[in-house]
Amino acid sequence: MTIKEEQDEIIADFEFFGGWEDKYEYIIQMGKELPPLDEKYKIEENLIRGCQSRVWLHADPKDGKLVFTADSDAVITKGLVSMVIRVLSDHTPKEIAEAEIYFIDAIGLRDHLSPTRSNGLLSMLKQIKLYALAFQAKSLQP
Amino acid sequence: METSTIVNPAKLDIERVRKDFPILQTSVYGHPLVYMDNAATTQKPWAVLKAMEEYYTDINSNVHRGVHYLSQRATDAYEGGRGKVAEFIHAKHAHEIIFTRGTTEGINLIASSFGKKFIKEGDSILITAMEHHSNIVPWQMLCEERKAILKVIPINEDGELILDELDALLNGVKLLSMNWISNALGTVNPVEKIIAAAHRQGIPVLLDAAQAVQHMDVDVQALDVDFLAFSSHKIYGPTGIGILYGKEEWLNQLPPYQGGGEMIKTVTFERTTYNDLPYKFEAGTPDMAGAVGLGAALDYFQGLGIHAVQDAEKELMEYATEAMQSVEGLRFIGKARNRAGVLSFLVGDIHPFDMGEILDQQGIAVRTGHHCAQPVMDRYCIPGTVRASLSFYNTAAEVDRLVTGIRKAVSLLG
Repeated sequence: MTIKEEQDEIIADFEFFGGWEDKYEYIIQMGKELPPLDEKYKIEENLIRGCQSRVWLHADPKDGKLVFTADSDAVITKGLVSMVIRVLSDHTPKEIAEAEIYFIDAIGLRDHLSPTRSNGLLSMLKQIKLYALAFQAKSLQP
Repeated sequence: METSTIVNPAKLDIERVRKDFPILQTSVYGHPLVYMDNAATTQKPWAVLKAMEEYYTDINSNVHRGVHYLSQRATDAYEGGRGKVAEFIHAKHAHEIIFTRGTTEGINLIASSFGKKFIKEGDSILITAMEHHSNIVPWQMLCEERKAILKVIPINEDGELILDELDALLNGVKLLSMNWISNALGTVNPVEKIIAAAHRQGIPVLLDAAQAVQHMDVDVQALDVDFLAFSSHKIYGPTGIGILYGKEEWLNQLPPYQGGGEMIKTVTFERTTYNDLPYKFEAGTPDMAGAVGLGAALDYFQGLGIHAVQDAEKELMEYATEAMQSVEGLRFIGKARNRAGVLSFLVGDIHPFDMGEILDQQGIAVRTGHHCAQPVMDRYCIPGTVRASLSFYNTAAEVDRLVTGIRKAVSLLG
């Protein structure tokens, strides 16, 4: 699936939810189902500091694509992180760097990208883009 | 004959009082707002909003030295605010009241001016382990600059100060700076006793009263405190203005904080002589509207009756403590015998951010995180807490909604 298709699928899933409880139940479920990040990757270099909750992000290049694994100490943040991974992981650096991320806004969680939430999600998205740009630049080197 | 010793026997009519606060009538995500973030900032009654509107509509002009009618009125309004503050905290003189931007600036002013005059290499400053970052960082900066030492009064598991070693800790200390009530734990510190102990060794005390002015009887003369700082916005007044009280004999010894207009007597390129108190510490055009708003807030607050407010808050704190304890797995962070305003808690291993988010969805405003008191969180080895902070305008029905909200969060997150 393309990045766009993944996002549209998440948006479609969210359209079924009646109220905030269903929505949060789903996000929390996603958070709980995200496999925990290997302890060896839960290191300072992989830590994205939000004031409120912390996110660890690890990037692995694999067959010309980038595979992301991540974790958070707060389960709602973890659920959001899990959706971001679902959308962006396993794509080429170019696809990731050029991707427009609109699903968070579309499912009514735009607030979570506000710097004042300081939950690490915005910084995580920035970090993913940076990884993509870095790997893209690396692959272009002769 | 009128006497001020009559305690207002009237019980606060909370439903009527709530109507004084327009924001309390609003809804969040379709739920009537439950505002329990009062330790961060309090809401403003109509009386304050109207006073500030009237200031800008009818009075606004720059204060002091103006020959014209409006300037005189603005000066009267501004100085009237100062007089109300002096009266409210029982200062001996109105010129012992310095207008600042808030508690943080008051502490920084003392760190800077007291530091310049009195702190030398090897001296020490004493704080406590439950301070807000605002009462840690200015001293760290001063200590770094002056090669001085920052010492800390420790706390126990319940969130109370350990004072057994206080006399020894005070040894060699030049200034003790501490909060009256902890913003993270709600602990009411025995400041009378501590101030007396410091004074026995000739050490002045600065009280961070940011969380105390709205809950306690503040009498700076009875406390015999040397400096005291608080913020207007935490006592139902406007943001952007605060108070630093200092005993005249101390303030007269300190050099100015910032240079500029208002704080000078004469200026030549060779030499400037400084103005008298309080203007020596008020460089630049002050926050006139803020002073008027704060004055109106204090009038409003005193109009309710401070003891009626305290009774209502005490009753609500007791009700909330008991109601919250009924939630399985809930534990309070900070179990001091004497607490005011703040209920900091965690439930099981639920992250405070998750709890805060689910409460928010139900229209309940609490604060989550480290509350700018990271050393306190480190002391308990936790990432932060959920903090419900109450005001007299909160109701038992709102506490019930908080408890229902917490239970809902537990069922979703647990």
